[in-house]
Amino acid sequence: MSTHTAIVRIPTPLRKYTGGAAQVSVTGASVGDALADLRERHGELGRMLFTEAGDLRPFVNVFAGRRNIRSSAGLDTLLEPGEDISIIPAVAGGVS
Amino acid sequence: MPPLNEQRELTRPWVRTDERFPRPLRLASAQREQLSRWVDSGYPDEVCGILVGRTTEQAVEVIRVTQARNLETDRTRDRFRLAPEDWLAVEQAARGDGLEVVGIWHSHPDHPPLPSRTDLAAAWEGYAYLIASVGPEGARKWRSWQLVEGVFVEQDLED
Repeated sequence: MSTHTAIVRIPTPLRKYTGGAAQVSVTGASVGDALADLRERHGELGRMLFTEAGDLRPFVNVFAGRRNIRSSAGLDTLLEPGEDISIIPAVAGGVS
Repeated sequence: MPPLNEQRELTRPWVRTDERFPRPLRLASAQREQLSRWVDSGYPDEVCGILVGRTTEQAVEVIRVTQARNLETDRTRDRFRLAPEDWLAVEQAARGDGLEVVGIWHSHPDHPPLPSRTDLAAAWEGYAYLIASVGPEGARKWRSWQLVEGVFVEQDLED
């Protein structure tokens, strides 16, 4: 298992927690490691993304490259060299 | 008695129509027509998609409109869940063109274009929520909203 440097893409509404940055460079072998690095750098963003139990909140989706980690190994999904991580808002609604 | 739509507005404390979001949503008439065609062809199901553009000091400008899949396949008539894979693809293409996601559009079949309780539950501050009412005759109205401190504030639409 090797550690990679990855860029995390931050959606516009969450950039207030990264000082306006649209992307943050992190390191990790898995998506969970990389996002733990992100939490260390931007604690408030970490609290927005994760529950106190350490689970990803349901209103965000995380992709490693084009892989939705919920359809893969979750936070244990291993990063491939050069792969970006994208945080994507979960958008839903209805008529009532 | 106020018209039906106004009565419905009165029962939605999370919707404010007495003030306006500071920047209008600029949507060319050709884009609005494209969105309306998708809304019509989707009826009676809810359809949804993403608005790509840029935010300036004057306006939120829509440069491209795209349709996305509604993953709420068991309740397509009254619910939508936008496919995150579609968002990812749209966002990557937008970034390549120096643009970004500026909003989400969806339809309210047989309901007014007002944010609902379920819209509120999954809403994000910083995106335009453009909603169309649509009925069997295709009549429809578009209105745009922005979440501000937990309340949807109406955003003027400009050509």
